[in-house]
Amino acid sequence: MSFRKYLVLAGIVVFASVGDSMLARGMQQVGHISLRNLAELLGAIANPWVGGGIVLLLAFFAAYMTALSWADLTYVLPATSIGYVLLALIAKFALHEQVTAARWLGIILVTAGVGFVAGGPALTPAPFHEKFAESEAEVVSAGEQS
Amino acid sequence: MKHAYTWGAIVIIVVVSTAGDVLLARAMKTVGDVGTLYRRTGLGTVVARVLTSPLFLLALAAMAVAFFGLLFALSWGDVSLVAPACASLTFVGNAFAAKLFLHEQVDRRRWTAVALVACGVALLAA
Repeated sequence: MSFRKYLVLAGIVVFASVGDSMLARGMQQVGHISLRNLAELLGAIANPWVGGGIVLLLAFFAAYMTALSWADLTYVLPATSIGYVLLALIAKFALHEQVTAARWLGIILVTAGVGFVAGGPALTPAPFHEKFAESEAEVVSAGEQS
Repeated sequence: MKHAYTWGAIVIIVVVSTAGDVLLARAMKTVGDVGTLYRRTGLGTVVARVLTSPLFLLALAAMAVAFFGLLFALSWGDVSLVAPACASLTFVGNAFAAKLFLHEQVDRRRWTAVALVACGVALLAA
């Protein structure tokens, strides 16, 4: 795994948790929206927190797709679940929500899981990868170096 | 009876959301390493190849259904059950589906990671 690829994984984590937090904050300001009134939904996008949150979640999706193009799903999902921990910390320090003992235990478990998967290879051989032997070889050699 | 409906909704959301992730992973493997492709052919080609991939469009549709399904379930179900159950079971479902459909080698290290993360997410989302 090259430094650039770790940056993409970090992007998934940061864009998703900050995007979700901004969306949550914006939607609290906007208040209740009826599904029958689409004008209200467009009004919600005009809220800078909601708009910014949507932009960040789009960036998250692009980073997620990029990671999936060179890493296994069972690597990307656990490795980026550290975002749940970041989300809990943002909730505590920026949104001033309570973090209970159960949540701290959850944070410890998620962190342990991320540690487990991060020590292994990012990509395991699969039949349909062979068409892209070139890019796969790059990933495998990068994985061996780290 | 309401309990059975709630769990039914959870199962449907987990299955559809897993399908979305697996289809997206498959689509992106078929597109190829985006970084290499970008350096060789430019951004336009990458975007065109992703957007014209039928697997990607299927994945997008499945993810949209899962997202609105979750919103719907949250609006009538018990939030403290629906949210953590969906988030954590999707991790477990993805591990099985990735092994089955993507032929990823889910070894003991990855199973442990999935189990720890699934438990942790269940606690965090509750």
